[in-house]
Amino acid sequence: MTPLMHGFVWGLVIATVLVTIAVLSIWFERKFSARMQSRLGPTLVGPAGILQLVADALKMMQKEDLIPEKADSILFRLAPPFTVLFTLSVAAVIPFSENVLAADLDIGVLFMLAVGGLVVFPVWIAGWSSNNKYALLGAMRAVAQGIAYEIPLVLSAMVPVVLAQSMRFSDIISVQAETHWFVIWPLGPGLIAFVIFFICSLAEANRIPFDIPEAESELVAGVTTEYAGMRFGLLQMAEYLHTLIASAVAAAIFFGGWDGPFAPGLHWMVLKTLALFFTIFWIRWSLVRFRSDQLMALCWKYLLPLSLLLVMVAALFVHYCGVGA
Amino acid sequence: MLAEYTGVLVILVLGVVVACAMLGIHLLLGPRRKFAGKHEPFECGESQIVSPRRRYAVKFYMVAILFVVFDVEAIFFYPWGAVFQDLGWFGFMAMFIFTIPLAIGLIYEWMKGGLEW
Repeated sequence: MTPLMHGFVWGLVIATVLVTIAVLSIWFERKFSARMQSRLGPTLVGPAGILQLVADALKMMQKEDLIPEKADSILFRLAPPFTVLFTLSVAAVIPFSENVLAADLDIGVLFMLAVGGLVVFPVWIAGWSSNNKYALLGAMRAVAQGIAYEIPLVLSAMVPVVLAQSMRFSDIISVQAETHWFVIWPLGPGLIAFVIFFICSLAEANRIPFDIPEAESELVAGVTTEYAGMRFGLLQMAEYLHTLIASAVAAAIFFGGWDGPFAPGLHWMVLKTLALFFTIFWIRWSLVRFRSDQLMALCWKYLLPLSLLLVMVAALFVHYCGVGA
Repeated sequence: MLAEYTGVLVILVLGVVVACAMLGIHLLLGPRRKFAGKHEPFECGESQIVSPRRRYAVKFYMVAILFVVFDVEAIFFYPWGAVFQDLGWFGFMAMFIFTIPLAIGLIYEWMKGGLEW
């Protein structure tokens, strides 16, 4: 296959599968949260309520595409598709096995962070253009939190880059396959960097315990307050996609990606991604939310200095022990 | 090579197609029944009391300013990180010296109370 065909085919496959899993996970989360709270969750539509998704999508499509009069109508319409677009683009650089990857860029990690970081813009635009104070307050908080946690995220994602001496995802995974997963070895920096990366991913995706931007009790629904129908559906889908892709990235750069015994690489990568994805749900339904001051203090006073230190420690490790020691 | 970026392009196009298709069907199926109350901003049943276009807490802007400083720094780190082994001790010291002013900045900000929400 020529590189062009390769990119075309796998781009198509990966994007389709990820969107499907993200949509399915909405059903899974409803079932899972119901079990945690001793409820049944959706049961009526289809076996175990799995067709609830289809019913929900149909319902959303039959709603009126409501644009409030005072809203900036162009920006208001454009914001939700762009959240999905920016979130999905990150999927292009994630390798799911040696062959199953859409674009093996030499700046992979940087691309992931740069394009993933763009998501705060449509969120802000959605909140601003709604011309509603709940939406605007939600957007303010989402952006403040998103950009604050971007920094520890960037620095902790750098630890694997330093350890593998490459920004290419497939190189980072090969180094881990030859030696150890970065989360295990070098003892310390890898594991702590993964924890920081995971916390920051939760904050970026506005998941509990970092869901102050859409705190229902005070802000109605945050950024999505004025949205109805499929535009709301797109914003929600982007959130689930974001979480899924963040788990895939964490699985690739910290947990050795496709590396694993007995089974083909693809199986391992999918297993690791879904395990992390499941952990995010678990956390969501176990914890309560942080206050704004707590999460800002956590970011600037603890995660930022710690992640800076980790980069230095990783550099020293590479200097004295070499790559993949 | 640019051929590497085909996958990115395909996913971008697919994202546009998915979003357009979902919104297109939505526009076709959704009803359009206008009346004045429906198009007002949501305000828990009240008419809008104050416009949201007003001044907000300065803390949000402080976060934005801090972000600019540290994110630029983090981006400088990346090329260094990818070739660090070839640069060796010299590279490490250079980056260490680069980090010191930033660390001093952070400590200053901290002591001045800029990190308090």
